Amino acid sequence: MHALVVQQLRKVYRSGFEALKGVDLTVEEGDFFALLGPNGAGKSTLIGIVTSLVNKTSGRVCVFGHDLDTEPEAVKASLGVVPQEFNFNLFLPVAEVVINQAGYFGIPRREARRRAEFYLKKLDLWERRRSEMRLLSGGMKRRLMIARALVHRPKLLILDEPTAGVDIEIRRAMWAYLRELNAEGTTIILTTHYLEEAESLCRNIAMIDDGRIAAVAETQALLAELDAEAFVLTLTAPLAAAPALAGLDVKRLDATTLEAQLHRGQTLNDLFAALRAAGVEVASMRNKQNRLEQLFLEMIDRGRGIAPAQAA
Amino acid sequence: MSAHSGTDLRRGYRYWVTFSTLLQKEVLRFSRIWVQTILPSAITTMLYFVIFGRLIGDRIGSMGGFAYMDFIVPGLALMSVITNAYSNVVSSFYSSKFSRYVEELLVSPAPPWVILAGYVAGGVVRGVIVGLVVMLVAMFFTDVAPHSWLVTLSVFVLTAVLFALGGFINAVFANSFDDISIVPIFVLAPLTYLGGVFYSIELLPEFWQWVSLLNPVLYMVNAFRYGLLGTTDIPLVMAFVIIAAFIVALGAVSLRLLERGVGIKQ
Ligand SMILES: Nc1ncnc2c1ncn2[C@@H]1O[C@H](COP(=O)(O)OP(=O)(O)OP(=O)(O)O)[C@@H](O)[C@H]1O
Ligand SMILES: [Mg+2]
Repeated sequence: MHALVVQQLRKVYRSGFEALKGVDLTVEEGDFFALLGPNGAGKSTLIGIVTSLVNKTSGRVCVFGHDLDTEPEAVKASLGVVPQEFNFNLFLPVAEVVINQAGYFGIPRREARRRAEFYLKKLDLWERRRSEMRLLSGGMKRRLMIARALVHRPKLLILDEPTAGVDIEIRRAMWAYLRELNAEGTTIILTTHYLEEAESLCRNIAMIDDGRIAAVAETQALLAELDAEAFVLTLTAPLAAAPALAGLDVKRLDATTLEAQLHRGQTLNDLFAALRAAGVEVASMRNKQNRLEQLFLEMIDRGRGIAPAQAA
Repeated sequence: MSAHSGTDLRRGYRYWVTFSTLLQKEVLRFSRIWVQTILPSAITTMLYFVIFGRLIGDRIGSMGGFAYMDFIVPGLALMSVITNAYSNVVSSFYSSKFSRYVEELLVSPAPPWVILAGYVAGGVVRGVIVGLVVMLVAMFFTDVAPHSWLVTLSVFVLTAVLFALGGFINAVFANSFDDISIVPIFVLAPLTYLGGVFYSIELLPEFWQWVSLLNPVLYMVNAFRYGLLGTTDIPLVMAFVIIAAFIVALGAVSLRLLERGVGIKQ
C-alpha cells in the first residue's frame, strides 16, 4: 500500500511564484522518509498541500488510496501534521489545545481527555498541562505540536522541521519516540536541515530543489555513492607545509590543522600510517562535515540527480 | 443499506462532536473575558435608559403610541444582540486566522459547514445572552413585558445568526485588527441607528421611508417590537421572510468563502 502518492503537483502562489514545478513522489506504508532540500526548495509548500493548508494549482495527491480532491475527509482523518511554524492559540491552556484538536477530529470529550493525557505524558508535558501556551518554551511548543498531531492516531505523520530549536537531549528523546511510532506502524515523513537526523532516522530520502524532486533513494545507497570523505586533523606541533603523502590527498589549513580526503578504498589506517611515517602527530580528528551533507551539497551544486561524487 | 446508514450515523456523530467542541470553545472564550464581552452592553443600555428614557424621553412624549422609553426598548435590546453576535465571530475567527490556529480546523476532517455552524453558534449564544441581560435591565427601568415570547426569542436568534454570519465574512476579508473595527463603525452603526431603533419610520419623508426598507435591521427591529409591544411598522410575516432571505444569502457567501479557503489558505 502506498501511504502517499503525489503526481505532477504544481503550485503557483498568488504572487506568481512557482514553488512546485511538477513533483512526483511515492512513500510506502511503514516507511520513515526524509524530505530534504535547501531553504525555499518547496518542502513546506508540498506538505501544506498534502495536509490541506495550501491549495494546489494542479496535480494529484492520494493518501492511503484516498484522493484529496474526492475524499478529503478520509485523507485528513489519516494524516497528522507538525507544521514548521507555531500555530497555537497562545491564550489556551496546554491540555485544551490537544483536547480541542481531538474534538475537531470527532473524538468525544471523555476519550479526548484520555488521549490528551497519554500524549502529554509521552511528550513530557503533563506537568505543564494547565499553563497557558504562551508560557511554554520553544522546545515545549514543538513537543506540543507533536502531541496535537498524534491525538487522532494518524497512520501517516508528517513533521516539518520538528527538531528546529530543540536541545540535544530532547532531540534524542524525540528521535527515540519517532522510531517507536514508526516501529508500531506509523508511516513518517519529516523534513530537517540536520542531515545527521535524516541519516540516523530515515530509510528513504527525497531531495527537493527549486520545486523539483532532484533524487529519491535509500539512505544507505545514497551514502554508498559517496566516494570521498573529508576529515579535519588537529596536530600536536605546527607544520610549515603540508606533508607529501603518497596517494593521499592532504591539505594544510593552518600551522596545526590539516584536511585529509579519503577516497573509496582508502582507510583511516592508511592515513595514520602515512602520517606517522612522515613524523606528524595527530592530537584529534573530526569529520569535516556530515557525510550526507557533503552529498547534499554536491547534488544541489550540480542541480541534478545522483552521480558518484568526484574528488574535490 | 444498513451498513451505509451506520456510516452516516457515525459521521453525523463526528460532526456533532466537532460542532460542540467549537461551540464550547467559543462560549468559554467569551465567558472568560465577560467584563469585555457581556458587561459593556448592559452598561450602555443603562445609560441609554437614563438619558433617552428618563431625561429626554419625557420631552419627546409618545412614539408609535408608546412612551418613548418603552418604544426604544426593543431596538436597544436588538442592538446589543447585533453587536455581540457580530463581534464575537469577527474577533474569534480573525484571531484564529491571525495566529494561524485556524489550521487546526483546516487539517481536521470537519467539513466547512460544520466549522461555520460552530462559529455562528458561538456568536448566537453570546448575542442571545447579552440580549437577555439587556431585557432584564429594560424590565427594571420600564414596564415592558413581552407580548409574544415566541416572536421575541425567534427574532433574537435569527438576528444573531444573520450578524454572526456578517462577522464571519468581515473576518475572512480582514487583514488587520483595524479592519475588524471599521465595519462595525461604518456599516453596523449606521444600519442600526437608521433601522428605526430610536424612531418610527412613519416620521420620515416618503423617500427616506422607502430607503429604510432596504435596511435589514429595520425588519428585525420591527418584528422584535411586535414581539415585545405588539406593534410594528412592517407586516410580521414579511419581516421574517426578509430576515430569512438575508440569512440564506450571507450563509451561502460564508460557506463558499470557507470552502475556497479565502483569506486562510494560500
Ligand atoms: N505565500 C507565499 N506567497 C508567495 N511565495 C511563497 C509563499 N509561501 C512560500 N513561498 C515561496 O515558495 C518557495 C518555497 O517555500 P517553502 O516554504 O515551501 O520552502 P521550504 O523548502 O519549506 O524552505 P525552508 O527550508 O526554508 O522551510 C519559497 O521561494 C518561498 O519564498
Ligand atoms: Mg519549510
